[in-house]
Amino acid sequence: MRTKKMQFVFLTLLASSSLMFAGTVTGKVTYTGTPVKPKTIDMSKEPSCAKQHATPITTESVVTGPNNALENVVVYISSGAPDDGQVPAQAVTFDQKGCQYLPHVLVMHTDQELKISNDDQTSHNIHPLAKVNTEWNKSQPPGTPPIVTKYDKPEFISVKCNIHPWMHGEFAVLKTNHFDVSKGGGDFKLPNLPPGKYTITAWQEDYGTQTADVTITGNESKEVNFTFKAKAY
Amino acid sequence: MNSSKLIRCFGAILSTAILGAVFAVCLTAPAFAQDAPDVGPKPPLVVKPMESHIGNITGHAADAKYDYRRYCAGCHGDYGDANGENAVWLDPKPRDFTIATFKCRSTLTGTLPTDEDLFNTLKRGIINSNMPIWNTFSNQQRADLVAYIKIFSPRWDKEKAGTPINVPAETPVTLESIAHGKELFTKLECWKCHGPHGEGDGPSASTLTDSKDNPIRPYNFALGKDDSRFKCGVTNEDVYKIFMTGVDGTPMPSFADVIQPNDAWDLVHFLRTLQIHRHSKENDVLMAAHGVIPPYVDKNPPAAAPAPADKAPGGGQ
Repeated sequence: MRTKKMQFVFLTLLASSSLMFAGTVTGKVTYTGTPVKPKTIDMSKEPSCAKQHATPITTESVVTGPNNALENVVVYISSGAPDDGQVPAQAVTFDQKGCQYLPHVLVMHTDQELKISNDDQTSHNIHPLAKVNTEWNKSQPPGTPPIVTKYDKPEFISVKCNIHPWMHGEFAVLKTNHFDVSKGGGDFKLPNLPPGKYTITAWQEDYGTQTADVTITGNESKEVNFTFKAKAY
Repeated sequence: MNSSKLIRCFGAILSTAILGAVFAVCLTAPAFAQDAPDVGPKPPLVVKPMESHIGNITGHAADAKYDYRRYCAGCHGDYGDANGENAVWLDPKPRDFTIATFKCRSTLTGTLPTDEDLFNTLKRGIINSNMPIWNTFSNQQRADLVAYIKIFSPRWDKEKAGTPINVPAETPVTLESIAHGKELFTKLECWKCHGPHGEGDGPSASTLTDSKDNPIRPYNFALGKDDSRFKCGVTNEDVYKIFMTGVDGTPMPSFADVIQPNDAWDLVHFLRTLQIHRHSKENDVLMAAHGVIPPYVDKNPPAAAPAPADKAPGGGQ
């Protein structure tokens, strides 16, 4: 009887372990070499935007932090992710403010609602240069309602405004909810990973992709670091 | 001829042949170097049984094989990838049929054009580009070619053509309509690219690139006389469709979500006055008013007036 009870407790623990023992992958994205210096953006042709920035903003295609940290890198589970097909109900938002895209890199799930709004006093045209998905190009004058759309295939899509050529953003359409965008210190964190084998991909808009394989066996934290070779131009 | 002479003669021929072969390899080597070595030769083209339907004409892809090879492949490429041997010399570049993005559509931005749209493009050509008017073709030939260009992109297997936008009956051309059109031209910032007088010299004009990063010019309305035409047609209805559906693959966006149908006619009427050398009823109305477009007065102003634009361009003549 006693052994049976012990067995039951053990089995219950075992059953719940897959939920409780969730692994985490953390790491840092860094660069080697000398990255191109961010260029100051001249918005004098659009005074209503220029006056929104106390100091002129700079290009964001390569954003670095202290100790060779690389920001705005999308790190995601590209294979082995347990939640393929779970589309978040909440929409992601992409704002045009001060003739700048906020955020610069926007990650979304395939078929997740995407809301694009214009907070400026000037017209923008939103032109995501999709190649796998459908390319479209829409005008959005000030005061018009947000454009609501979605992408059904995974792709990294450059976004531009032809009227304000300095405006540049990126959509990362993924088939997973396990992703992070590296922050100030180049840090990223992928929590809640059940045991399994995963391929982790890091994508930087100018430097391309890197992958790493990682195996999570239980309630553990693994470290995976990515180092990109900076392009000088 | 004795045997040693024969051998010497043969040797001379052989060495010439080897030299020739080496020379040929040297000549073609750069071409090899450009191709990715692991790709190998392109697979043979499969002519899928695509069809087109224009009125009571049905086009068949298989029937356009010869015409495409003879008239289209030089620029658009055997594989429809815009890599024909003439493509490097062309500006703007030929359409890439493998991505199925088309400039002249009656359908919304991002959707496939109708068969009629493609048929009409073949019929009228595209001004300011190297796409000629194919008026030597019969309607059947054009319909077959429309079917043929569908074999290059998988989009034609999965997607249906978009629904043509609704174009309401044209409103009367009045000075008020032109004035409202000018107001829209300013407010929607058409002038940022097309310039305050529609001469294609707006502040952003010099920075424009198409979706393949090739430089591209905005349309100059002031060019041409009575033969003046647009990339996607000549009629007022064509102009209406151009800015409402956008010119996909170029910086020209769609305004379908932001311009009301009747307002769109006002914009069409104003755009006609930018064609200063072309006779039109719009220019007649403007001439009668001594060429002065009065400021637009909104009879039903919205509750909250939008903030004024930063810079009001000129316009009219």
